Amino acid sequence: MDSIVTAASVVAAGLAVGLGAIGSGIGQGSAAQGAVEGIARQPEAEGKIRGTLLLSFAFMESLTIYGLVVALVLLFANPFAG
Amino acid sequence: MLSSLLALPFAALEVGHHLYWQLGNLKIHGQVFLSSWVLIGALLALVIAGTRKLERDPRGVQNLLEFLWDYISNLAREQIGEKAYRDWIPFIGTLFLFIFVSNWGGALIPWKLIHLPDGELGAPTADSNTTIALALLVSLAYFYAGLSRKGLRFFEYYVDPIPMMVPFKIVEDFTRPLSLSMRLFGNILADELVVAVLVFLVPLIVPLPVMLLGLFTSAIQALIFATLAAYFIGEAVHEHHH
Repeated sequence: MDSIVTAASVVAAGLAVGLGAIGSGIGQGSAAQGAVEGIARQPEAEGKIRGTLLLSFAFMESLTIYGLVVALVLLFANPFAG
Repeated sequence: MLSSLLALPFAALEVGHHLYWQLGNLKIHGQVFLSSWVLIGALLALVIAGTRKLERDPRGVQNLLEFLWDYISNLAREQIGEKAYRDWIPFIGTLFLFIFVSNWGGALIPWKLIHLPDGELGAPTADSNTTIALALLVSLAYFYAGLSRKGLRFFEYYVDPIPMMVPFKIVEDFTRPLSLSMRLFGNILADELVVAVLVFLVPLIVPLPVMLLGLFTSAIQALIFATLAAYFIGEAVHEHHH
């Protein structure tokens, strides 16, 4: 494998996960904030809020996971390795 | 010290190594078939054992199965609606149980004890072929649900608020299976990789919390896959009132 391609793939794999994590980190933070406020206001609704929160966490997390899939493709199944 | 630890038979990082079986012109990933057959067998054995002698007061396995049935039918009713959910409980339930059992089976069963010539056994859902097949099944299911229940009126959904939505809704039909399959595949593979990297760095105790987190996320992923499948079906059978 060309060393330039190797270096570029490794940097790109790091950036794919790192930049992808920013957005879902912010999103999960504000979702957790909303959930905590909701529980503080209405402690009896905790179970329902927790379920919804976990479900929406998983959706946000999957955005980073897409970045991870791109990173894994670059590292283990690189189409430009030729 | 380090080299002796690394010589222990821990799971290796083997992304992209497969046990290939030649089937006509197709090369198939044998390790995925082997592990999914084992897990399907275990699931079938559990279900058959639990429903052989049904009692009025459920005990043991029957109790567990009734709890699961309740859980899945509640999930289906919430997403699909009172009218149509009964037809889809088997489909949603099968998806949920298969994905759940394969995620947990991949993490909990010591597959490394079984030696393969190439590749290694693991969760069937950590292979993108499995997840893409499941996601395409969901696509077929919601088209079938909509067309069989509403006929050609199913396509009203594409022009639902305004006709300008048509291109977006058509693109959505393609992005749904893509995101469903990549979400499950990426999550399960990421769990396995994180555990493998940690085991490689610190073989004892330290990976345990991450393994528990992995079990938790894989259970949630099974739930999400089933919920989204039910949601798509529910959207397809939903009656619009004008």
